[in-house]
This record gives sequence, structure tokens and C-alpha cells, in this order.
Amino acid sequence: MSKLSAMLMRLVAMLVTVAALAAQGSVKPEPPCPDCRPASETQIKTASNEFRADVHAQKGMTCVSCHEAARDSSNAVSYTIKRNRIPELCGSCHEDATRMKQFNPSLRTDQLAQYRISVHGIKFVKGDMHVAVCTDCHTVHSIQPASDPHSSIHPLNLAATCKRCHSDAAYMKSYGVATDQVAGYVESVHYKALVEEGDLSAPTCTTCHGSHGAAPPGVTAVANVCVTCHVLQGKFFEESPHKQAFALLELPGCVTCHESHRIHPPDDNFVGTGKSAVCGTCHIPGEAAGKMADATHGNFRRLETDIAGAKSLLNRAARSGMDVADAEVELTQASDALTKARVSLHSAQPARVAADLDVGAKIVAQAYAAGSAAWRERNNRRRATVLPVLALTALFVSAGLYVRALEGKGRKGRSE
Amino acid sequence: MAGPAVLWEWIDERVNVRELLTPLMEKTVPRHRFSHWYLLGGVTLFLFGVQVCTGLLLLLYYRPSTTEAYESLRYITNRVEFGWLVRSLHSWSANLMIFMAFAHMFSVAFLRAYRKPRELTWISGMVLLFLCLGFGFSGYLLPWNTLSFFATKVGTEVAGRVPIVGHPTMVFLRGGEDIGSATLARFFSLHVVILPALTVGMVLLHLLLVQKFGMSVPPSVEKHRSRFGNEVRFFPNYFLRDVMAWSVAFAALLILATLYPAELGKKADPFASAPAGIKPEWYFLAQFQTLRLLPATILHLDGEVIGILGFGLAGAAWLGLPLLEARLGKNGGRWTRVAMLAGLVYLASMTLYAYLTT
Repeated sequence: MSKLSAMLMRLVAMLVTVAALAAQGSVKPEPPCPDCRPASETQIKTASNEFRADVHAQKGMTCVSCHEAARDSSNAVSYTIKRNRIPELCGSCHEDATRMKQFNPSLRTDQLAQYRISVHGIKFVKGDMHVAVCTDCHTVHSIQPASDPHSSIHPLNLAATCKRCHSDAAYMKSYGVATDQVAGYVESVHYKALVEEGDLSAPTCTTCHGSHGAAPPGVTAVANVCVTCHVLQGKFFEESPHKQAFALLELPGCVTCHESHRIHPPDDNFVGTGKSAVCGTCHIPGEAAGKMADATHGNFRRLETDIAGAKSLLNRAARSGMDVADAEVELTQASDALTKARVSLHSAQPARVAADLDVGAKIVAQAYAAGSAAWRERNNRRRATVLPVLALTALFVSAGLYVRALEGKGRKGRSE
Repeated sequence: MAGPAVLWEWIDERVNVRELLTPLMEKTVPRHRFSHWYLLGGVTLFLFGVQVCTGLLLLLYYRPSTTEAYESLRYITNRVEFGWLVRSLHSWSANLMIFMAFAHMFSVAFLRAYRKPRELTWISGMVLLFLCLGFGFSGYLLPWNTLSFFATKVGTEVAGRVPIVGHPTMVFLRGGEDIGSATLARFFSLHVVILPALTVGMVLLHLLLVQKFGMSVPPSVEKHRSRFGNEVRFFPNYFLRDVMAWSVAFAALLILATLYPAELGKKADPFASAPAGIKPEWYFLAQFQTLRLLPATILHLDGEVIGILGFGLAGAAWLGLPLLEARLGKNGGRWTRVAMLAGLVYLASMTLYAYLTT
């Protein structure tokens, strides 16, 4: 009898799923299964509605693909999936390369393996059921591929997904983990690039921490994380005297100067021993390295000011109709040289930085010369126009006087 | 006798120039408080002359192909001696010519110079205005820059919306479905061969008609003067006034061309998306703004099509103004004046609105 009732219930659950899928094709859904206890009617209705747009439903899966009948502690049949079963249940398909290949040949199948080595996974194995499992990030019944803008793991939504737990001070209290990561990240240059400039390749939480294998990078690994994008900065840092010094002081590479989550857009004021300069954290203004940093800061500012001046001159000439397009293109190379010098700074070798700055200074000088020549030409043209305009004015006046004299004579003649 | 005088006598002896010029020397024109408005026609003709001269100079270097048009204009602007000036004069003169043509048209309309027997003079003038707009539209594409490319695209698309004949017209203008080298070749031939030939013929007809019927005297003036009073000789009196107007026009042209030289912009990229805030030249702005304001559908019909048909009807009515006024009877003059004023206010306000909102 019990076998029969289990079969019946399974049949009913399948019917509910079929009805939910049929509703997508404008067929009215069947009433939810009354045997799906303890879930309420509303819960089942909501779940089946959500599941319609789920990527699994679109690939032909149904409720019972995940919700299998099992006996609970009171020996009643239950379709509820217990939290401690979720990673393994998802992994049962997602680890199976042969199976996953049918749906998406390029989809990775190491998610569960990665999860097991993540901080989440390690704690989960130890029985901590508060840590994130698959459905916490991917949602339960509205799972979408990361490329879908509605997905909870789309680059634009990911920080909000992580924030749900990691910014909750009460929730994170027992782990002793800070909760200001996302608050810092939204002020960062990375967040601006991602959200404000729409650059979906800009880093979000998982770019640095990994997705399924999420873990904070260790002191020695920080530089390795950053150099995946900032290749040259990493290379120069490796060659710099800072590399050894940081290692001795057990300071992580990049974040010592740039911070970890609140990574502000790089600014020349970072360099030197001034108020907002990061060099001043370790170096004293008067000492050799401090002096060097201050000089580099001055050189950066000078080249930047010169570039802005040349750009302004060329813009003014262009607005006056002068063609300075070639000089404008060349001037962009001066900005490139300044950027290169800022990157070279990571080597902490003044000669290398000075060489890049010299390239920029030469280009700026050429742009100034081109802009000045264009401006002189513009002024010459204006001066040259005065003469024909005066000649035309003279023609206007003399013709007017002649006509007046002519008609005055005519009137006089007539009156006589 | 001095050299030129000898040459003049030599020519006159054979061709009898004096006899040919006699009608011109004896020609008189009416003089009244509105007569300076008639100078606008002469200024328009003068600017057409500037267009011809500068256009011929540009032709020495311009290359009508999508790969070379922009570069050749850049060469003219930067490398050719006074090339920048010639190009700027051509560009500014085109705008001033169209402005003057409009001003001339409205002055003729308000002074009711189109009345019998000058209906054909009015119609030939209107055809000349349409030809001027054709010059503007076809010449705008020739620099092959981003703005000209997309403005032409939008303009030909509007033409394509006209029912029945629209799509074939668009394909004919573009030389295909899209704007490309065929379009540039067509617009070039239109701009430098077809339109100039038609314009020269139409200008001659217009001048012949003006010569035939003489200059009109506004009804308000005609009432208060004797039929043969207040006439001045065309040469030199009126001609010198023309020279004065031309010298003002040319000085203004020189100043504008020097202070605000024609921009070259960026080379057209057919695969790029249209730049934001794209709009046509000022003389098409009123129509452009009207089409923007019209709802998508009017009485279940395409709003844009209704708008285009409306412009067509208004243009046809304006062309046939003298005939319409005659059909309206005694009060025709009053009605047409109200319509003219409304038309002028509408064009000016829509143009201003478009400038402020795009």
C-alpha cells in the first residue's frame, strides 16, 4: 500500500510539473499537488512559476529531476531537499562531464571539486549549515546562466549576491569576518568600470576570490591575483626592491598601497610623501627614497599639466577651423607615455620612469609647436581678411555716394 | 586713344555692342519705400555666382569616391593654397544663398509681387528655391564625413516613406538600398552637372520674365503714385545699389568664412552607429522637428507619412499661390497674407525649437 501511495504521489508531482511547463504555452496550470506537504499551495505555485524561466526547465528538467521522494524522521514521504544534500545533488549532474556536454560542451564540471576547497565548502563539510551552498548564490528555482542579465551571478548582480551574507554583520559575527568588503568595492575603480562604464570584463568578487572555490587570497597570493590583469605592474614589482622589503615585513604586494576592496582610481598624489601619498607610509620626506618619490610626483604632474596645455592649444586651434588632427593623434602618445611611466613606477627605478617621461615630454613639445603654428596661421588669416573687407566697405561707400550724387543731380535738374 | 578704348571701338564696330546695350541703358525700375527688398534677388544671384566660382575651384582637387572624398577635402583644406578659404566660402555661401532665396521669396510674397501677370515669375522662382535645396542636400554628402553620411541616410529614409513612389525614389537616390559609393557618385553628378544645368536654365527664364514684366509695385504703393512717376534708371542707379548689396554680402561671407571656417568632421564610417543629436541643415530643421513631434499613428495611419504628405501639399499650395489667391476672389489677398504669416511663424518657431532641443 505504501509503495502504491509513493508511486501515486510521484505521479501527481510529475503532473504538477507538466502542468507548470504547459502553462508556458498558455495552458492553465493544474492545481498544485495536495500531497506535497508541508509546502503550502502558495509556495508550490510560486516555485513552479519561478521554475518556468529556470535554465533547467528550459533544458527539459522537471520538479522531480531534483525533488525525489524520501522518508523523513516521522517516516512520512517528503520531497523537500535538505540543505546538507544540496551540493552533492547539484554535483550529481554538474560533475558528470558526459551528461553536461549534451547541454553545453564548454561548461566546466569542476564546480563541486572547487566548492570542496573553498572556505564555504570546508566549513560545510564540517557541518556548518550557515555557509553558502549552490542555491544561495544561484537561487533555488530561478537559476540563469551567468551571461543572463537577470541572473544572480551576472557580473552586474554578483556583488549584491555576495553582499546578502557578507555585509550582514549579525550573520558574519560568528566567523570574525569584516563586513565592509562590498561597501569598499562599490567605491572602487573596478566597480566604476563595471557598473558605470558597462565594462563586463571589469573585476567583481569572483574575479579575485574565485567563484566556486571562493577564498581570500593569502599574503603571497595577492600579487598573483592582480597580475592576471595588471601584467606589467606585476612584472615591474617583481623586479623592484619593494618585492624583498614587503616579503620581509610580511606585507601583501599590491593591496599595501592600493587597498584590497576599496581600490581607488590611481592618482599621482599616491606618489611622494605628501598628505595622500602612500609612499609616505614607509618613507620619510627627507630621506633619499622619499626625495625620489617626491621628485617623481612632481615630474608626473608636470607632464600631465603640459599635456593638458598642449591639448587646450590644439583644441582652440581646431575650434578655429585649423586642422591639427595629426598633432592631436600624436599627443595621445604623450598620454600613453605618461601611463607607461606610471606603470614603470612599480619597478621603483627612477631611470626607467624618467625614460618614459622624456618620451612624453618630446611629444608634448612637438604638439605645442604644431598648435602654435596653427594658431599663428589662424591669426594671419584673420588679419588678412581685414584688407578685402575694407576694400568692400570702400566700394559700398563710394557706390552709395555716387548714386546719391547722381540722384541728387537728377532731382536738382528736374526742379530747375 | 588708350588700349582698352581702342579694343572697345574695335569690338563695337563689328558687333555693335552699344545697340545691344541700349535697352539695358534705357531700362528704368520703380523706386518706392519697399524697393530695397528687391535687392535680395540680386544678392541670391550673386551668391550663386560665388558658388559656381568656388565650386569650380574645389572641383580641381575633389575626388568623388568613398575612399578619397574625405581625404581630398582634407588635402584642399590643409595643403592647397587658400583651399580652406575656397571651401569655407563655398560652404557659407551655400547657406547664405538659401537664406537669401527664402528671404527673397517671403519679400515677394508679402509685397504680393506674384500677382497677374507675374505668376510664371513666381513659379520659376519657387523652382529655383527647390533647386537650391537640392544643391544643399546633394552637396552635404560630398565631404563624406560622419554628419553628412547620417544626415543623408535620414534624409533619404524620409523620402523613402512617401507612399508608392517613396521606396523607388530612395533606391534611385542611393543607387541601391544603402548609402555607399553609388550614392556619392549620384549626388556628385547631381550637384555638379544636373542641378547647375537646370539652375542656369531656370535663372535665365526667371530673369527673362523679370525683364519682360518689369519689377512689380506693391498694391499699397501703386494706389498713391502716378503710373510713370518715381522711376530710376537701371544702369547705373539700380545696378550700383546691387553692387552695394553684393559688397555687403561678400564682406559678410569673407568674415564668416574666416572666423568660422567650415568644419571637416570625422570620416564617415558606414558601420558605426549614428552619432547622438544628429540633425539636418538648418533649412530642413522645421520639417525634421515636425516629424519628430508627430505621433506614431494619426487616425490609424503612419504619422510620419501623414507629415510628409502634409509638407508636399503645403509646398504645392505655396507653389500655386498666385492661382489660389485668384480663385479665392476679393478677399484672396487677405487670406494669403494670413497664411504666409502663419507659415513664416511656423517655420521660424519649429527651426528654433529644433535648435533648442537637439
